[in-house]
Amino acid sequence: MFRNQYDTDVTTWSPAGRLFQVEYAMEAVKQGSACVGLRSRTHAVLAAANKAASELSSHQRKVFRVADHAGVALAGLTADGRVLSRFLRSECINHAFVYDAPLPVSRLALRLADKAQVCTQRSWKRPYGVGLLVAGLDESGAHLYYNCPSGNYFEYQAFAIGSRSQAAKTFLERRFEGYNDYTPDQLIKDALSAIKETLQGEKLTSSNCTVAIVGRKDDGTVEPFEMIDAKRIQEIIDSMEATEEAPASAAEAESSSMQEDKGTDAGTGTDAAPMDI
Amino acid sequence: MARFDPYENNGGTCVAIAGAGYCVVAADMRLSVGYSILTRDHSKIAHLADKCVLASSGFQGDVKALQKNLAAKELVYEHNHNKKMSCPAMAQLLSNTLYYKRFFPYYAFNVLGGLDSEGKGCVFTYDAVGSYERTGYSAQGTGATLMMPVLDNQLKSPSPLLLPARDAVTPLSEAEAVDLVKDVFASATERDIYTGDKLEIVIINSSGSRRECIELRKD
Repeated sequence: MFRNQYDTDVTTWSPAGRLFQVEYAMEAVKQGSACVGLRSRTHAVLAAANKAASELSSHQRKVFRVADHAGVALAGLTADGRVLSRFLRSECINHAFVYDAPLPVSRLALRLADKAQVCTQRSWKRPYGVGLLVAGLDESGAHLYYNCPSGNYFEYQAFAIGSRSQAAKTFLERRFEGYNDYTPDQLIKDALSAIKETLQGEKLTSSNCTVAIVGRKDDGTVEPFEMIDAKRIQEIIDSMEATEEAPASAAEAESSSMQEDKGTDAGTGTDAAPMDI
Repeated sequence: MARFDPYENNGGTCVAIAGAGYCVVAADMRLSVGYSILTRDHSKIAHLADKCVLASSGFQGDVKALQKNLAAKELVYEHNHNKKMSCPAMAQLLSNTLYYKRFFPYYAFNVLGGLDSEGKGCVFTYDAVGSYERTGYSAQGTGATLMMPVLDNQLKSPSPLLLPARDAVTPLSEAEAVDLVKDVFASATERDIYTGDKLEIVIINSSGSRRECIELRKD
């Protein structure tokens, strides 16, 4: 981005009323590999594209269980994300200890947003370089929130973050209106399709994506937040490929012109900013 | 000059017996204060992890706080290690948690029962400040002094002084151990005013845990 004299400190405003350090932090989110989240009335699904720093290493964990009823998927500086996940877990445990009830997802998102805001207003701190998709289930149903490094958070029916997320967002925009009534399996399929959009030609397999789901079944029993195992993901991917053929290629053509992030070769990690490797 | 007494004894007795592939943990369900009964339906048993169950008698306010504390710590462990706590790990954690309040103790007399990492039954018995020992069986609470001699007689635990170390688990079968527990509670109920009403038995084995509830004398 553009270097200028107002971007050294997070506590320095620019004449146009912008905090450049916060905006640069949001850029870090765009460098991370993609995550998508979507929800129906009763279930919320998170999916992440796995990228490894090199072919020799394992891929970084991007989806974390925060409590039985909630989890997060993150994009950006995953180290910051790990620390924030630990914070969220401790907030949920403390709330349950005091109130004997699960922390409502909106309040979880709020705690995270307040924590992020503090880092935008202290000269000795820097903003967290990670965007989080917070998905959870509470008394009022399933929810999905996006928390940015700026301290803002918004509720979404479906959203995507990270590199090439615009392709996923375009896919989701076409379909989100029906999501409230989707079954969990349909949500998972759409999440995988959205991730597939961000892979731009690379084959979607169970080893390059992670999917997690939380929700309440029709009979009232709660399905706690958990990752779906690789075997089942592969089965779903196989059944998706059996039915659809080529709508993916049309979306890819429009996405490459809309991206402003650097193009990456298949296989090199974009999870970490250069300083992290 | 009356001073606020932070403790109260709510009575009751807890027992646990370890077997080769099972563990039986039992506690009565009477909650008392002084010579009165507050309820005949209060559980003293907490399921801390799938193979680990805690039974505590004493001051139930402290017992509840201790159980919540341990449950929260177990959740932190699960997040960090990606698995539930084993019974021996929980045993050490309980000891540390109790000693942490060495100078204002939890008035809780605990018996922890479950399966160890090899699937064998284990019982850990505690005092109020965390001193603990792994044994084959134990009783704690107001009726413990009535029960322990009978358990010693029936379960013939080898002395910990013998070398090589003998296996502490009883050769009794699961059904025999449950019957022994029922008998020993029936006896304690006769003479201990704080023990009675109902008996809650939790049996943990390789297929999970199950619960039985039987009536005891209500006087």
